[in-house]
Amino acid sequence: MKKLELIVRPNVAQEVIDALEKLGVGGMTVMQVDGCGKQKGQTGLYRGTEFSLHLLPKVKIEVFLPDAAVQSVIEQITSVARTGEVGDGKIFVLPAENAVRIRTGEEGEEAL
Amino acid sequence: MAEIRPEAFGGQLWRLVVLLVAAVLLGAVLPVGATAAGDPTGALTGGAVDIGAAQPGQPTLAEVAAQVGKNKVAINLTWVLLTGFLVFFMQAGFALVETGFTRAKNAAHTMTMNLMVFLVGALGFWLVGFPLMFGNFGAIGTLGGQSILSKGLSVGGWNLLGNSGWFLSGMAYDVTVVALFLFQMVFMDTAATIPTGGMAERVKFSGVVASTFFISMFLYPVFGNWVWGGGWLAQLGAKLGLGHGAVDFAGSSVVHMIGGAAALAGAAVLGPRLGKYKPDGTPNALPGHDLPMAVLGTIILFFGWFGFNPGSTLAATDLRMAVVAVNTMLAGAAGGFASMVYHWLRYGKPDPSMVCNGTLAGLVAITAPSAFVNPTASVIIGLIAGVLVVESVFFIDRRLRIDDPVGAVSVHFVNGAWGIIAVGLFADGTYGEGLNGVKGAVTGLLYGGGFGQLYAQLIDVGVAALWGLGMAYAFYKAYHAAFGLRSKAENELAGLDLPEMGVFGYPEFPLTTDGHIAAARRRALNPEYHSGLRPASAPSGQHVET
Repeated sequence: MKKLELIVRPNVAQEVIDALEKLGVGGMTVMQVDGCGKQKGQTGLYRGTEFSLHLLPKVKIEVFLPDAAVQSVIEQITSVARTGEVGDGKIFVLPAENAVRIRTGEEGEEAL
Repeated sequence: MAEIRPEAFGGQLWRLVVLLVAAVLLGAVLPVGATAAGDPTGALTGGAVDIGAAQPGQPTLAEVAAQVGKNKVAINLTWVLLTGFLVFFMQAGFALVETGFTRAKNAAHTMTMNLMVFLVGALGFWLVGFPLMFGNFGAIGTLGGQSILSKGLSVGGWNLLGNSGWFLSGMAYDVTVVALFLFQMVFMDTAATIPTGGMAERVKFSGVVASTFFISMFLYPVFGNWVWGGGWLAQLGAKLGLGHGAVDFAGSSVVHMIGGAAALAGAAVLGPRLGKYKPDGTPNALPGHDLPMAVLGTIILFFGWFGFNPGSTLAATDLRMAVVAVNTMLAGAAGGFASMVYHWLRYGKPDPSMVCNGTLAGLVAITAPSAFVNPTASVIIGLIAGVLVVESVFFIDRRLRIDDPVGAVSVHFVNGAWGIIAVGLFADGTYGEGLNGVKGAVTGLLYGGGFGQLYAQLIDVGVAALWGLGMAYAFYKAYHAAFGLRSKAENELAGLDLPEMGVFGYPEFPLTTDGHIAAARRRALNPEYHSGLRPASAPSGQHVET
């Protein structure tokens, strides 16, 4: 079982969510976040003085997947969320130890 | 609460509306032809019967003349009142510009200051300011009436202060005097509200209450008397032969330089906002929290300026008001256009706040010359104002290192001075016959008037700067020493709304550490976020996202 953290542009978030549902992902957690990557945000200009917009708005989606599903999800989401410009975001893959469905007590991939 | 089923309620309401509309239409259409007592074209309404006469419908020549005179004054009085109302509405423009250019954490404080200034100023001007300023104004020619305001303080034939019209009572309880009061009070209010922008985001509310009494009762009326109340600056022409003396049609110096001087003095005494300057002295940008609000405020100010300048004829029967209005329009447009282009060329973007400042700079600069120059000169005056305001903002921000969050000093003080000087250059000799007791029309250097008028204008600028900066600096410095003019650092960092006013301007929204409404709200209000659409064109160039 793996945890995927998808950090994407706000304007493609809905498409990513739709794609995850089409792939049969059992559930997800979506957050509005601020963050930065290598480029460290944008530069603004106010009354002739530059200022940095270090953190930009992004959407973070957390999903837990069976190991077998990880590769296809990554491929699908990468194609949906990619514009080719900096700022497209990242996908982090983390090991996940267990999952418990609170209603029934099921554990492991059964609970996803 | 009782539940209302919308479809059932809507159905009944719909039937009722149809019935009502049908009934009204039937009632309106049916009597046509049966009775024809109305005057739908207006051709029959108004005539000899409306003239007050001993024999109704057959007025004598004297009765006709009396009615004509009455009508002239009534038209002028209506113009004075209506344009005064327009100038009053400029207070809304100032409130929106100043609040939009500052941070969300101070929104209730900044906005309320702008209302409070009017409340305090109206009382202060009524108590002391008006009699000092207009006490020896003489008869208000365009409004008829008698020479009620006719007492003042003079030294050697030079008028220094007025001394009648106290509390608008006694002789001053008079329609022409109170109309003049209304018009002049809202002009004073404009001057009094300019400093709140320069001192925003760190000044104590109580300090602005006190300084507004000072401005409305003393700083503004004394200088105003010297230019508009028949005082010594207006007498420079008749007594020393300097053109028509100081000529300031609608207040580039009386209103804008004095207000701008108070803004500069106040900002200097307060010091910059925390975080405005880096340790090496270079400025940080502290972007305003609501630029749409500031742009709306600028448009409202522009609208109000059509009262400010054309109303200063004090007469709708002075048809020059059309020229004044168009000059105002052109200079404001040229000012905004010039600042937009200038900033665009220098920094690659047409900064919205600079477009606003440039528009206002053009309007301030045309305020004094608006009646005396032609439309071409107005465009030139506005274009210069638009560039001047940008350079002035940078100079004050980077060289003087005086923190003026909204550009009040550059817009009002610097361009007020430019407007006064422009009269001495561009006045084209078509208007102002007999002004300030000097024969002939007002004529500037470029139209063959020689240097006389220009000298009078330069003296006006110098005196406005000395009086405005000197007195305002002394007041703010003394007040600061006695009571403290600046809010505590912890309050400033948290935002002045809660500690000073007891309530947030935006209680529903969390604020970021630097005082802006947190990103959650920005995204919640961004339809693109919900639509799931990609941007039409992928960002590139400077528009780099991570």
